[in-house]
Amino acid sequence: MFPDGAYRGLLAVAGAVFVALVAWFVVSLIVQARPAFSTLGFSWIVQKVWDPGHGKYGLLPFILGTIETTAIALVFAVPIGLGTALALAYLVPHRLRAGLGTAVELLAAVPSVVYGLWGLIVLAPLFRDHVEPALTSVLGWTGLFSGPNEGVGLLLAGIILFVMVLPTMVAISRDVLAVVPVEQVEGAMALGATRWQVLRKVVVPGARTGLLGAFTLATGRALGETVAVALVIGNSPYVAHSVKSAAATLASLIVNNFGEATGTQLSVLFAAGLVLLVIGICVNALARVLVRNTARSGVTSVAVA
Amino acid sequence: MIDPIPAVPHLEEGAGPGTAEELPDPEPAGDPVMSLQGVTVAFAGRKAVRDVSFDVHVGEITALIGPSGSGKTTLLRALNRMHDTVRTASVTGTVLLDGTDIYAPTTDPTLLRSRVGMVFQRPNPFPTMSIYENAVAGLRFNGVRKKALLDEAAESALVAAVLWDSVRDRLNAHASTLSGGEQQRLCIARALAVEPEVLLMDEPTSALDPIATKRIEELVGELKHRVTIIIVTHNMQQAMRVSDRCAFLLMGEDKAGELIEFGSTAKLFSEPSDPRTLDYVNGRFG
Amino acid sequence: MTTLAFDPSADPNLVRRRKIQNVAAASLGRRKVYSRIAIGICWVSLALAIVPLVAVIAYVVAKGLPAWNIDFFTQSTTPEGIPGGGVWNAIVGTVEIGVIATAVTVPIGLLCGLFLAESDGRIAESVRFTADVMTGMPSITIGIFGYIAIVRNTGGYSALAGAFAIGFIMLPVIMRAGETAIRGVPHQLSEAALALGARRATIARRVVVPAAMPGIITGVLLAVARGLGETAPLLLTIFGNQYLKWNPTKPIEALPLAIYNNSSQPYADLIQIAWGAALLLMVVVLVLSIGSRVLATVLQRERR
Repeated sequence: MFPDGAYRGLLAVAGAVFVALVAWFVVSLIVQARPAFSTLGFSWIVQKVWDPGHGKYGLLPFILGTIETTAIALVFAVPIGLGTALALAYLVPHRLRAGLGTAVELLAAVPSVVYGLWGLIVLAPLFRDHVEPALTSVLGWTGLFSGPNEGVGLLLAGIILFVMVLPTMVAISRDVLAVVPVEQVEGAMALGATRWQVLRKVVVPGARTGLLGAFTLATGRALGETVAVALVIGNSPYVAHSVKSAAATLASLIVNNFGEATGTQLSVLFAAGLVLLVIGICVNALARVLVRNTARSGVTSVAVA
Repeated sequence: MIDPIPAVPHLEEGAGPGTAEELPDPEPAGDPVMSLQGVTVAFAGRKAVRDVSFDVHVGEITALIGPSGSGKTTLLRALNRMHDTVRTASVTGTVLLDGTDIYAPTTDPTLLRSRVGMVFQRPNPFPTMSIYENAVAGLRFNGVRKKALLDEAAESALVAAVLWDSVRDRLNAHASTLSGGEQQRLCIARALAVEPEVLLMDEPTSALDPIATKRIEELVGELKHRVTIIIVTHNMQQAMRVSDRCAFLLMGEDKAGELIEFGSTAKLFSEPSDPRTLDYVNGRFG
Repeated sequence: MTTLAFDPSADPNLVRRRKIQNVAAASLGRRKVYSRIAIGICWVSLALAIVPLVAVIAYVVAKGLPAWNIDFFTQSTTPEGIPGGGVWNAIVGTVEIGVIATAVTVPIGLLCGLFLAESDGRIAESVRFTADVMTGMPSITIGIFGYIAIVRNTGGYSALAGAFAIGFIMLPVIMRAGETAIRGVPHQLSEAALALGARRATIARRVVVPAAMPGIITGVLLAVARGLGETAPLLLTIFGNQYLKWNPTKPIEALPLAIYNNSSQPYADLIQIAWGAALLLMVVVLVLSIGSRVLATVLQRERR
């Protein structure tokens, strides 16, 4: 076929094509977002008012909405994800582990629009009629639950995101927890540690970098998720005053306004996309570094004879 | 079916010359600290160690020797209930610690393990903890919170493990900064800090170089005044050098380890009563 | 001191042993309760994690199955109120996008995978890192890219633009899966061929890639499963179309769009269509995911 040089050249070209695509991707977003910055400056990014009809393009409500939905998702996903991963890695009987693990990985593959549909049709009425009234009566004093019960809103979007990022978080956390060497686990047991002490003092600290990577990846997924959130957040361009309020995120802003946007507004949407791109690069780069370092230092567990 | 007449007649041996220079094999006075009575360990129904009985006495070093596959480590791990985590494992027979059955329903395995410590084949200090934190890890697990007691126990254990002088100035350094031999001594210190009555050592020098091995062996010899030691080794010279008493195990016909002979190290190595022991100590198999 | 050698109360180690054992025994109850509670919380977490995930699947099956009938698979979407509509147009669109994206992405992805597997330098490392970062990139940004790069430059929404965006999402997944599979091929195989004087390209084609095939197929199927489920990029690239279109240069419909657009309509028949489409999409994605694992296992077994 080819001489070795040409073969290597072909492979290098393939790599270059990928890199060129990524470069094109980043550059085209920057270029298309530029008009927004050249006509509007920079202050609009942190302004509160979104009113394209009057030339107001404040992104603050959407930035806050993105952060708030992600925060709600993580409040649930971090403890529940860690607990689930610990159970899958150390507590569930051996013969069930592989099956449950595969199930979790498959659930990560369920398309996000399916979660959105479920959230909108099934959970939203449930939240409106039962969950939100109950939460308001119990936690109303915190001031977080003011306003009408609408079902859709920040809380539901956060919960849907929690369900969506959970499989990702559990699958990676379980892997990094499981590579903590069995010698460490036995070393702690042999000193008289209880099961929980072994997990809390040895296993979790031993896997902490990888766990952080898992949480970071989950955060990245929550920040950038689009359609599921767009379906259940209510899409209101105002800063939310309660977790029950309808709101919007950067991603939902883009899909909801893309159809009719032109000129500056379109450029603003590209700028919102650019913000997501930058967040995506930072979060994923961090997560990969964290997960990779764990894999590198993770001693292959050798079964003690 | 009735057994046929034995083809080989039993050979009568007269009082041989051995009786004149019989080696000492005294039973130590007092109750044993640990007593194994018919201990059998099985995994998923398959026996790995069968019907082992012997006594371990205070202040002595007992070595478990035998070729690989003879169940030394499996037996050792039965003595602090490490097999509890393996669902298919079952331990039958009786193991008495100070006269109490460690497998009795009233015995708590975590409490037992604070009284019967363990050192593993490879150094396994906790990599996320400092040297000091490693030394006091067992105490913390066992609920000790008083700083004075933690400090006192850590120093005493590190001194006993001949590590204190080299780490006293860097107690907060990570355990991974130590050499392999130092890490193993830290693991010994970690086990000693809980002041166990019995210390189980599972081939503690198998991952170390000869110099580090020698230092651990010397250390083991000194520790017996503080804690009763049961050590697994596949190295007969090591068993000869460090132990007072030896248990020789061998794989039986169905692959289960059996106790062939138990006695004082001197007697076992020079005048074993079982020919298989003689073969082993003379290096004929294993 | 020697005279007191046998007085246990004077041996500091024995004194400490008694202290430690007392503390250990006294704290045992507390430690065990604490451990039980914490371990119990882990089990509760597991249950909490399973419940919503099972609920999603159960709902989609229960609500989607009634939507499945002959019309659903053979008719295009009808406006609300007109009975008998289906998602045939969306199925065609999804298949079209999937086939184009896969056909273009797999060769490039495999070559990139070979590149990553055969080079260990800094450049390869940064390409690998870029691929990893791209795997987690918010898909909406890639939709914007598809819009800027294809829709704008070709003068309109099209299946091709959708395939471009979906392919760009699949590419890094295929690259990394391909690399992992190729790296898993024992060195002895390629070294033996190299010793016989074979060229690297021949070795790759005849030895390495065939040996890595189970892993490659798994990776490709997983990438396809991921690509087919993406919605946000399609919203910005194919636009959607009520009518059946085969022409890949025209706006078309796709299953994720059928779910997204119909679910927010206030008409029961359209929501029914959305559930049916959701079930179909979920089945396709899960079949691809499970199928890839089964296939990998089977191929691996045949080889032995």
